[in-house]
Amino acid sequence: MSLRIVVPVKYVPDATGDRHFADDLTVDRDDVDGLLSELDEYAVEQALQISENSDDDVEITVLTVGPEDAKDALRKALSMGADQAIHVEDDDLHGTDAIGTSLVLARAIEKAGYDLVLSGMASTDGVMGVVPALLAERLGVPQVTLLSEVALEDGTVRGRRDGDAATEQLEASLPAVVSVTDQSGEARYPSFKGIMAAKKKPVTSWDLSDLDLEAEEVGLEGAYTVVESATERPARTAGTIVKDEGEGGRQLAAFLASQKFV
Amino acid sequence: MAEVLVYVDHAGGAVRKPTLELLTLARRIGEPVAVALGDGAADTAATLAEHGAVKVLTHEAAEYADYLVVPKVDALQTAVAAVSPAAVLVSSSAEGKEIAARLALRLGSGVITDAIDLEAGEAGPVAVQSVFAAAFTTRSRVSKGIPVITVKPNSAAVEPAPAAGAVEALDVTFSEQAKGTKVVSRTPRESTGRPELTEAAIVVSGGRGVNGAENFAVIEALADSLGAAVGASRAAVDAGWYPHTSQVGQTGKSVSPQLYVAAGISGAIQHRAGMQTSKTIVAVNKDAEAPIFDLVDYGVVGDLFDVVPQLTEEVKARKG
Repeated sequence: MSLRIVVPVKYVPDATGDRHFADDLTVDRDDVDGLLSELDEYAVEQALQISENSDDDVEITVLTVGPEDAKDALRKALSMGADQAIHVEDDDLHGTDAIGTSLVLARAIEKAGYDLVLSGMASTDGVMGVVPALLAERLGVPQVTLLSEVALEDGTVRGRRDGDAATEQLEASLPAVVSVTDQSGEARYPSFKGIMAAKKKPVTSWDLSDLDLEAEEVGLEGAYTVVESATERPARTAGTIVKDEGEGGRQLAAFLASQKFV
Repeated sequence: MAEVLVYVDHAGGAVRKPTLELLTLARRIGEPVAVALGDGAADTAATLAEHGAVKVLTHEAAEYADYLVVPKVDALQTAVAAVSPAAVLVSSSAEGKEIAARLALRLGSGVITDAIDLEAGEAGPVAVQSVFAAAFTTRSRVSKGIPVITVKPNSAAVEPAPAAGAVEALDVTFSEQAKGTKVVSRTPRESTGRPELTEAAIVVSGGRGVNGAENFAVIEALADSLGAAVGASRAAVDAGWYPHTSQVGQTGKSVSPQLYVAAGISGAIQHRAGMQTSKTIVAVNKDAEAPIFDLVDYGVVGDLFDVVPQLTEEVKARKG
């Protein structure tokens, strides 16, 4: 038996950098360093753990859709221990929205072949958290999303989902789309050996024609949503800051009272 | 006037506040038609009517509780076919966003998530969003299909507006995928008696500076004096001091209350992403250099174990 896990990952602008919009109201990627979305590291980690705990032959493929630099995200995942990578790159992808991204990912996942799609809960830039559900809908397989614990046994995936109102135990048969939260387990750091090994691992590049997609199905042209304006929020006017010299709590209470919170 | 579908979030017939906010926003763009599913669906009708629902489409079936997300998408798709609405509104919970996304895909529509405001526009509803840790405000619209938009809690003040609220049963046939993901068990979260974090008007959060699970009692006491929900930073959650369900931040819950109180929280970018749209922000922190002080309307540099209990006592005294 073998098990094929595909981990879709995203190369995102560093949140500690100065993120802003380009003239066409897409995210400006030139002025900010990118990196593998932290939330995707948890997915790579869970894929590695499934592989380590399995008697089957497990093959982990990391997949990204993005510009040339996005290879850095793939390289990071490979150095953590993934087996191979697929990079979907095409100039026509610029400005693709969540619906379009799910289309490209779904085509690539089908072409690669999969038993399990294992992703992070959301990207750390758009933070919509909709791509895993969109992939399940497109692929026509169960979604087992937002798991804080995940286990795989005999072709069944089980996991715990901590929702707003309840904690649920979920179960589905493979093939399935799973997403994991930052509570699923600390992601490992790549070892030196892992970093060296990653340099030799295969990275396949596909463009839109490899996925039988037309330019107008993706990118800004194919987007289902339009950003009409993006305005920088004015910096907050400096607040009042006091040093506690025994009256800090009462001073804060007086402020809250002046704002009618008390 | 065009109809606007509003997906009803309820617990056994008790409508959650974000749904009432959606009804208020829906009235700006059309006539709200509510869709209530599962156990107690019909019991929601009176509340929904009071808040502007001209019609309440209901369907009760075990599938909504026994399987994840997809049965609800099937029902909403059926409702869309019955009503042909100008837009579909869902509240921005984790599940709400998944429902909205799958519905949009089926309808050939665009989806916008986490709107903080909604306006009627010439080419359809315009959604206001706060992005990049609230550094930017964007205005977006769906350009294809029926707009499917999720709205964050606390984005509108609830305004009652009595309407007919005529109940109609929805005839739902579940798709093949509806039973794909079984909910094997469900353990409702134990009620703390405090407001729900994402819906609360006031949130009091503790971070690394709280320094221990037992010390969260200090945070809880302040929260209770203010009638607030309790939140926690990722550092406090990772240390095991408070449950993940209370985590405020990029990977936890996003909150937008009238008042946010940060105690012992430095204000890392990931935390700011989850609370920066709060209307009024106050903080208590020993470190005068903590980035949280860049955001505050009022900050106290001091030991939270001195300042917070004093604040709690003063709040109680003022409330009499």
